[in-house]
Amino acid sequence: MTLQHFMNEAISPWMREEGPDSDIVLSSRIRLARNFAQYAFPILANEEDLKYINEFIHQEYESQSFQDYRDFAFVPIKDLTPVERRVLVEKHLISPHLAERNHASAVLISKNEQVSIMVNEEDHLRIQLYYPGFQLNKALQKVFELDDWLEEKIDYAFDEERGYLTGCPTNVGTGMRASVMMHLPALSWTQQINRMIPAINQLGLVVRGIYGEGSQATGNIFQISNQITLGKSEEDIVEDLQSVVRELIEHERSARNQIMDQSPVRLEDRIYRSYGVLTCSRIIESKETAKCLSDVRFGIDSGIIENVSRNILNELMVLTQPGFLQQYAKKTLTPNERDVLRASLIRERMQLEN
Amino acid sequence: MECQECHERPATLHFTQVINGEKTEVYVCEVCAKEKGYMNYPEEGYSLQHLLSGLLNSTFESPKSTTGQQTKELKCPKCEMTLSKFKRLGKFGCPDCYETFADSLDPIFRRVHSGNTKHYGKIPARIGGDMRLKKQVDVYKEELQRLIKNEAFEEAATVRDKIKELEEQTRGDDS
Repeated sequence: MTLQHFMNEAISPWMREEGPDSDIVLSSRIRLARNFAQYAFPILANEEDLKYINEFIHQEYESQSFQDYRDFAFVPIKDLTPVERRVLVEKHLISPHLAERNHASAVLISKNEQVSIMVNEEDHLRIQLYYPGFQLNKALQKVFELDDWLEEKIDYAFDEERGYLTGCPTNVGTGMRASVMMHLPALSWTQQINRMIPAINQLGLVVRGIYGEGSQATGNIFQISNQITLGKSEEDIVEDLQSVVRELIEHERSARNQIMDQSPVRLEDRIYRSYGVLTCSRIIESKETAKCLSDVRFGIDSGIIENVSRNILNELMVLTQPGFLQQYAKKTLTPNERDVLRASLIRERMQLEN
Repeated sequence: MECQECHERPATLHFTQVINGEKTEVYVCEVCAKEKGYMNYPEEGYSLQHLLSGLLNSTFESPKSTTGQQTKELKCPKCEMTLSKFKRLGKFGCPDCYETFADSLDPIFRRVHSGNTKHYGKIPARIGGDMRLKKQVDVYKEELQRLIKNEAFEEAATVRDKIKELEEQTRGDDS
């Protein structure tokens, strides 16, 4: 498999399947931080050790398969152009941090892009597994199996009292970050989400924007994840997260119904205006794109807009990111050029639907 | 609308400045806003790093002042991470650092992980085989205590047998 495969399609194969509650929960992810017992963590490791770990993963796991996650491709980061790195970040296959590393770092990606294992990021290994919709338990079970499979050949840094040892004290213990990506237009419009975030934080959970730490919630998409990794089992952490997500789904559904009952024409107007912008505009910025896509997706979910596939939000959110646009154009673009290309790509994509 | 400073990028920010009672409106792009000082960004923006090293510093301060002696600085034998560097970076250098700085870690973990200092989750399948058994024994022992307290002696006997069996298994592995 070539790198091109990951570059050309905006939407990962696993995203094409619809999971439970996928009108609100776009995806579920579990990430495990793991380290080799005998080596310094990447921030202090010398080049030789980093190369050893990189090469070990390369030799042992390239083209291997585990269950449904087949034909792992090994992609060294230093071989990638800045645009290619950006595309992988936009597809959530690597972190912004890994994209900036010029050392012996790499990513191992399964053919269906459900699994990506970052090598020499902040930890030696960052194992990520995605599932469509709300399927945290399933993701946890599968990532455990994947973890055991990797552990057959790797001596993990593990301490009976502290658990899995990680570069940062915030990850020690389970080394696990469980998260869901949620589309919450109604809670955002009614500003209820702003009141809910502090309460969610108090439960040891974090609410962030779509591209993780420090990013903004564009397009009413929020990432919710656990903060604490020590002192609770993975199952308990996932259960806590799940109950909050269930709560948010409830609230979002009732806020949607409320809007539809109380101001149906206003809602329809907003949705069709956004639909109009997406189908007709000649220049569009990413922020406006995100807002319009969120509106249209809400329109699809609420049955106001028919004959447009739900996946359009996930797909166009990625397709219209700066990295992807430049990958598509095969050259670097100024912000203005991007806005023009973005508008034309969206128009094309919307026409496909009719 | 284009940026008033560079006339290249679109204006994405709008500022209202009041200087000597005179109000002016400025429309600029993010790059110019940063360069021309309309916005004061901290050096690298918000980072967990800063927050964490702040935590670490306040945690480590007290023992220093109470001993009053000049002790040789703690240094990890494996990766040469020193205590002060660890405080500054907020990161460990290698797995051995956990051992080296063991005495100072509980307060840090307590702060970062809501009072927790001990791992309760997954144990590696291969290298943790014995630990997995030991953990199961602990679970059974707690159950045994509970059963005895409730005078459920028959169930207690079954659990006691299970413990015995597991303990023999771990001993068998050692030899």
